[in-house]
Order: sequence, then C-alpha cells, then structure tokens
Amino acid sequence: MELDKFIQHFAAQFEETDISKFSADTKYKELTEWSSLMALAIIGMADEEYDVKIKGDDIRNSQTINDLFIIVKSRK
Amino acid sequence: MAYLSIPNVVVRGISACVPQIIDDNSHYPISKDDRLKLISTIGVERKRRVDDVTCTSDLCFKASEKLIEDLNWGKSEIDCLIFVTQTPDYILPATSCILQNRLGLSTECYTMDISLGCSGWVYGMSTIASLMSSAHGNFRKALLLVGDTMSKTISIEDKSTWPLFGDAGTVTALEYVEGNEELKFHLATDGDGADSIIVRDGGFRNKFSVDSLKMIKYEEGITRTNLSCFLDGMDVFSFAISKAPQSVNKLIDKYNIDKNSIDYFTFHQANLFLNEKIRKKLKLESEKVPYSLKNFGNTSSATIPLTLVTELRDELISKKLNHIGCAFGVGLSWGSVYFVTDHIICPELIEY
Repeated sequence: MELDKFIQHFAAQFEETDISKFSADTKYKELTEWSSLMALAIIGMADEEYDVKIKGDDIRNSQTINDLFIIVKSRK
Repeated sequence: MAYLSIPNVVVRGISACVPQIIDDNSHYPISKDDRLKLISTIGVERKRRVDDVTCTSDLCFKASEKLIEDLNWGKSEIDCLIFVTQTPDYILPATSCILQNRLGLSTECYTMDISLGCSGWVYGMSTIASLMSSAHGNFRKALLLVGDTMSKTISIEDKSTWPLFGDAGTVTALEYVEGNEELKFHLATDGDGADSIIVRDGGFRNKFSVDSLKMIKYEEGITRTNLSCFLDGMDVFSFAISKAPQSVNKLIDKYNIDKNSIDYFTFHQANLFLNEKIRKKLKLESEKVPYSLKNFGNTSSATIPLTLVTELRDELISKKLNHIGCAFGVGLSWGSVYFVTDHIICPELIEY
C-alpha cells in the first residue's frame, strides 16, 4: 500500500480544494471544504479502495492524511 | 449462524400511518450552504413529526384498524400481536398488551414487545413468522406492528439527528397457510457498537435525574441532553457500508436465491449517501431500489414497510412480487429477509 496513491484517493473525495493542498502532512480537518459529511466520503473511500473499516474515533483522533494512512495500512 | 427459513406463513397486507405535521428541512436553522449540502447528502427534504400527545402506538393502531377492515379479518381470528419499537408508551407495561385491548383482540392472544430500531421490521418478521410456523395453525392470523416516533428522542439543536429522523407507524398482516413458500432470513448483531446510537439516560443504567435535562453543547450545531438520541454518523456509516451488502449476499448465497428474480430490494432508509453506497456495492439497478427518504426521512424501524406502502403500493396490490428487505442500525443490529407478496391488501398511506 502506497502513501502517494492513498493521498490521491483522499484528494479525489474533494470537489473544491486544489490538488496541491494535499500531502502527507496536510491537516485535513483544517481544509475549508472539510465537514462531517466529507468524513463519510473518506470512510467510504477506505472501504471501497482498501476494504478497511475506519471508525468515528479514527477520524477524531487523527490530524494528518499520513495519520489516516497509517491506520488504514495497519488494518490491511 | 442466524439463518432462518420459515414455512407456511404468508404476508397478506401492509399499512402505514404518519402524523400530519410536516417539518421541512429547508427551514432548518443552519447556514444556507450547510443546509443544501446536508439535504442533498441525507436525501431528506421533509419528514413527519407527531405532536406531544401522540405516540408510536397511536400511529400503529390507526394503521391496524384500517388494515384489519380492508382485509375483512375478524378480530377474534387474530392470535398474535407483536409490537416492535424503541418509543413505547411506558417503561412498563408492554405496549403490545395495551394494543391488544385497544384493538379489541381476543384475550387468548399472544402479545410481546420487541425493543429494536432500524433492524426492527426484519427481526420482527423473523419472530412472528417463527411463532406462527411452530404454532402449526393455532396462530391463524397475526399482526406485526412496527414504528417509532424518533422526534420525541432527538434535540432540535442537533443537526446530526433532527433533519434526518421522521415518525411513522406501520402494520404487517400475516396468515398461516400450509405449503406456502418459505420466508428466509439472515440476522446479525454486534453490541460492540452499542454506543454508536444511544439514548444514555432514562433507562436503569443511568436513571433519569436533574442532570439528564442539561443541554450540553458538543460542537456548533450539536446541542442535546442525555435524554436525546446521540448518533455517531461516521461509525454507523462505516458499519453499514460493509455489513448491509454482506447480509444481502449471505442471504442470497445461503438459499441460492436468483438475484434477477427479485423485483425489489427495499433497504432501511438510513440516509441517501449511505444507501446509494450500499446499492452500488450490490450492483443493483436504481429501478429496483425504492426510496421514501425524500418525504419521510429515516423513520427507524418503520422504514421498510413505509417505503413499500408509499413507493410500491400500486404493484403490491396488483402483482406477485419477490422482495429482499435489508435493515441495519442501532444495536448494532442488522439483517435481511426474502419474502413474496401476492396481490396484498395495502391501503393508501394514512395520516394521523
């Protein structure tokens, strides 16, 4: 499982945010487009692309895209 | 493994009743952008809400009176009544006892309450059909009353629940007929997710106290008491996108059901974003998956029978149809059912 690919999948869930804003260190909850509804899209992405279950606490307790990547990778 | 295959039970009729009060989400007091995004995600434009004095049992009672009349059933022939709800009249006695008397059913009637929410209709069907089947004709006719008035449990200042939930009461009428095709079920439970949808106070773990009435602000747009229903939308979403399609597939695989022979797949109406994910994962055509979310929201245990009545009534009364129903949520609890309807009695949606 690659980080770059994960970031691409992550970014693909957003409609308005420029692709350049997404990197491993992006604090995704600080993006203006972030919302509780976006969280569902990310959970859906992890299910679809990686067959991994992310829970509410995983979103609440992580800060960066890399944090989430580590969670998903550990459950692969 | 909770698989069930139940012979000799036929669905004869379905009826649903909703309160007259309409809450339109276009008036929900959050910013316009947030509101539009919310409505398009959850797919709920408006929903029905009871007044302070109306209970779930009232909606189910009205639906039942009409259905019994249209079925032309004698009340003395009804040997079983099950009421599935998480919004009963009282903590005790069981509301099903009250309903037996109100409906004028025989005192030789088996009654029971079941406390389940979203998955309630599927579980209720499995319970009532099992009882009827094993009573070998002693339960001739039976009523499964299923509904909730979630508006009584949610905070208007909680944007994660208020715009989503609506109120409804339903009844499904079943009859014992030997030699009929079996009802088939897959049922499951994961109490690890008990905290994902919960009303914390007012039961016996955390008894009602003065503190139960305190409005607590968790974040912007989310203020509620411990008597209000809390919903962790992320947990439920994550659970449902994997378990709901799995349950349908398990049912199909276990009983060798030809997917193409199914006319309609009716899902618990959780929210549109979630339901569409489930539909796409199962690769189901949208024509085969009815929705009542737009006008009625998520009515908890009532969603499947309500959707059948509001979206499929014309076909239910005029055709034979093969169905799969799948419901999932609070508990966490979920399941799927295969059933057939053949020219059933289905009154138009009733208003209370």
